[in-house]
Amino acid sequence: MYPLLFTFLASFMTAEEAGRYPPPLFPEGLYLGNFRTALELAPIPRFLWNSFVMAGAVTLGQLVTCSMAAYAFAFVRFRGKAALFAAFLSTMMIPWEVTIIPNYLTIKTLGWMDSYPGLIVPFLASAFGVFLLRQFFLQLPKELFEAARIDGCGHARAFFRLVLPLGRPALATLAVYTFLNQWNSYLWPLLVTNREEMRTVQIGVTMLQWEEMMSWNLVLAGVSMVLLPSLLLLAFGLKQLVRGITAGAVKG
Amino acid sequence: METSQSAWGAKARPQTAAGAARSGGRAVRWKEELAAYAFLAPSALLFAAFVFYPMAQSMYLSLHVTDPQGRIAQFVGLDNFASLFASPLFYSGLRVTGQFILYTVPTTILIGLMLAMLTHRALPGMRWFRFVFSLPVAISVGTAAVIWLLLFHPSVGMLNYFLGELGVAPIFWLSDPKWAMISVSILTVWMNLGFVYIVLLGGLNGIADDIFDSLSVDGAGPLRKYGQVVLPLLSPSLFFITIVSVIGSFQAFGQFHILTKGGPMNQTNVIVYQIYQDAFVNFRFGTGSAQALVLFAILLVLTIVQFVFVEKKVHYQ
Repeated sequence: MYPLLFTFLASFMTAEEAGRYPPPLFPEGLYLGNFRTALELAPIPRFLWNSFVMAGAVTLGQLVTCSMAAYAFAFVRFRGKAALFAAFLSTMMIPWEVTIIPNYLTIKTLGWMDSYPGLIVPFLASAFGVFLLRQFFLQLPKELFEAARIDGCGHARAFFRLVLPLGRPALATLAVYTFLNQWNSYLWPLLVTNREEMRTVQIGVTMLQWEEMMSWNLVLAGVSMVLLPSLLLLAFGLKQLVRGITAGAVKG
Repeated sequence: METSQSAWGAKARPQTAAGAARSGGRAVRWKEELAAYAFLAPSALLFAAFVFYPMAQSMYLSLHVTDPQGRIAQFVGLDNFASLFASPLFYSGLRVTGQFILYTVPTTILIGLMLAMLTHRALPGMRWFRFVFSLPVAISVGTAAVIWLLLFHPSVGMLNYFLGELGVAPIFWLSDPKWAMISVSILTVWMNLGFVYIVLLGGLNGIADDIFDSLSVDGAGPLRKYGQVVLPLLSPSLFFITIVSVIGSFQAFGQFHILTKGGPMNQTNVIVYQIYQDAFVNFRFGTGSAQALVLFAILLVLTIVQFVFVEKKVHYQ
């Protein structure tokens, strides 16, 4: 807990206060200049925007692809279902180290370096998401679907009218989980972005540190700005997040 | 295997107008299959492009030498693997990775367990504690590492200041070969605590309340209560979190990249960092892929261990 407190408190200190040794624990007043200087030093709003676009697009995309796949696995009969489901789940066991080099080369060949597609597209599908949603869909009352089918309701309509509205809690869980993961991702954005205006916050905040090692009140002001969105999300989405994590834990 | 029999299943379903339904049944079945594939197509294509194809490509690359653009230059067979297993750096990487796991996993789980046990009963104000202890989940490696970089700073960092107050000589947290791994581990424990805490708290909440109540009525002391009754019931969560933490530590990258860059003297040069350097700093994609595959093999063994043991050894309620 202390490191966080330290971060937020120090980001309000003036340069003079921060330069004192031993550093004071509390700032003497709410000094906002650090934020302004940090904003001038690095294009933090731009970083935030990039992260937001990336995490938002991946989240939306995963909600679409995962809910569709989960619907098929939960409600549609077709040949090869078990095998396909196993293939989907097996992707969870392949670690990113194995796929990252070829994926990097793919993105490079496609000319997607330093672009939003390069940041977003490789993460649009998620086996974890499919699994999570399928489990939830299977718990929905079966009679509802029988009734809908007798009424001549096709899969497309059942999907949009029944499953998506009823699946909202699970979808919210997946959304919070995915957004936070993407917001915090480090290695992939590091690899596929080079130009400063395409960097995400996680990379940006470390750049701040290289430029301004000594005036750490500035660095911490930057860090605070980066942390704020994720903490807000946590405050509102903790319940969903916990549900997602424990769903992963009990799957056994 | 209900799915492989679905062709028969469809026929076996009660049909009233048998003749009409049979030909209609086939059309319906076709429509079902089409619908299924339509629903699955986006995920399946993405997996094919960004998981299965790269998996195969990794194996292909590991048998070749590439130019810096990643184009194949020459087929070298198993040479990449041979040189890997002959390289002292690779073994030191394995050793350092093992050390990192040993430092981080037991510590995180122990602290997480303690916090979860202290906060799982519904007392007023507990929600705040739970929120605070869950906080680190929201913090990324990038930001966490930057914060700790400042705390670890040898001359202006807060840690050395506190040590100084206690009369301890300053420690060169990140540049002393003896301390670097410990420092990175401290940060990692702090960072992973939130996740571990949430999982264990979920596990504790899954244990029925009446068990706790009956224990209290029995007058069992906290040691007996937790040691002999709750821990065995918690073992599925504990086992899960252990495996996940080990795999997570194996794959840790950001904190090494930001804090130590593998140094000093390769003391923190874990396998994943070596892969990164090989592939993305030196542009040797072939050897990088070979290392990644070796790592994959290790992780696969761990996952299999999880699946085998989770069924046998672990107590389910």
